[in-house]
Amino acid sequence: MAMAWIWTGMVVLSLIFGVLSGNLNAVASAAMAGAQSAIDLSVSMAGMLCLWSGIMEVMNVCGLSHGLARAFRPLLRRLLPNASRDEETLAVVSANVSANLLGLGNAATPLGIRAARRMARGCEGVASDELCLLVVLNTASIQLLPTTIASVRAAAGCQTPFDILPAVWFASVLSVAAGLLTARLLSHWGRGRL
Amino acid sequence: MNLSSLVVPLLMAFVALFGMGKRVDVYSTLTHGAEEGIGVLLRIIPALVGLLTAVSMFRASGAMEWLSGFCAPLLELLGIPPETTPLMLIRPVSGSGAMAVASDLMATYGPDSYEGRVAAVMLGSTETTFYTIAVYFGSAGIHRTRHTVPAALAADLMGFFASALAVRLFFGA
Repeated sequence: MAMAWIWTGMVVLSLIFGVLSGNLNAVASAAMAGAQSAIDLSVSMAGMLCLWSGIMEVMNVCGLSHGLARAFRPLLRRLLPNASRDEETLAVVSANVSANLLGLGNAATPLGIRAARRMARGCEGVASDELCLLVVLNTASIQLLPTTIASVRAAAGCQTPFDILPAVWFASVLSVAAGLLTARLLSHWGRGRL
Repeated sequence: MNLSSLVVPLLMAFVALFGMGKRVDVYSTLTHGAEEGIGVLLRIIPALVGLLTAVSMFRASGAMEWLSGFCAPLLELLGIPPETTPLMLIRPVSGSGAMAVASDLMATYGPDSYEGRVAAVMLGSTETTFYTIAVYFGSAGIHRTRHTVPAALAADLMGFFASALAVRLFFGA
């Protein structure tokens, strides 16, 4: 429903602003041009999007994500000590993290959900500290190769769509750190009040 | 030569050789994955049509400028370009919405402009927060999410701030 409100709000505000500023002609033609530009964008990013889906699939099939998952286990064991006591949960969480790193959104979500279900057992609808951490980790982006964004940039006429990689990594690391740190602080603070 | 030009061919060659080493039929796996890419694209086209229409109207009416101007004093203090205000507002709610706004920003200011780059880095360093929280807790049967939402939003805010900082650091604007 949130999107219905946002969409309606944008269209109504556009109408009001268009009437007030006398830009109504521009608003009307923008409506037509906007719909067409969605198709133009899709067509011009289609090639890169498909190519990268293909390369990601090869990475997945030849076990690169498996290896990555194994590499992340020690770190996750420290981050989620309780959940890691169950080997199966740890395996699913590390598969989820490695799918996120490789940008395999379609694979990451079901794995994350399976991990969340296992971690939610016996806590009667209240999220544990570690479950909060897992979800925060999934709401932050830790993708190594942001291929969709590169496709959008290429569609906009950029010659070097991947030149933003170091900037994306820098911002992602700070963002994830801020999320995990805030979760830690808030859970301590919440317990202090109880 | 731009170092990032090395990333793409190097990665492709590495993945192909690694796959061959593991006796994977690299080519048919590649085309199978590309087919899935078409599926992903087909699923987002309807959302892009709806959202890019609304975003274009929003920009043409002058509402976009008003919204950016409204948040400008605070954002300039943080070094975030105010033009990215609509992107930051829609990012936690809708993935295709964020893509529509970002591509509008890139079309307006250019993909290699300061605003265009910050938009791209913001898109790459944050996620669709509310959607993810709803899906995870919904399917795990959790109704008390405790500090998840504030912590996830803190990550988003830091991501936005760090995106502008990173573009200034790496590209100098």
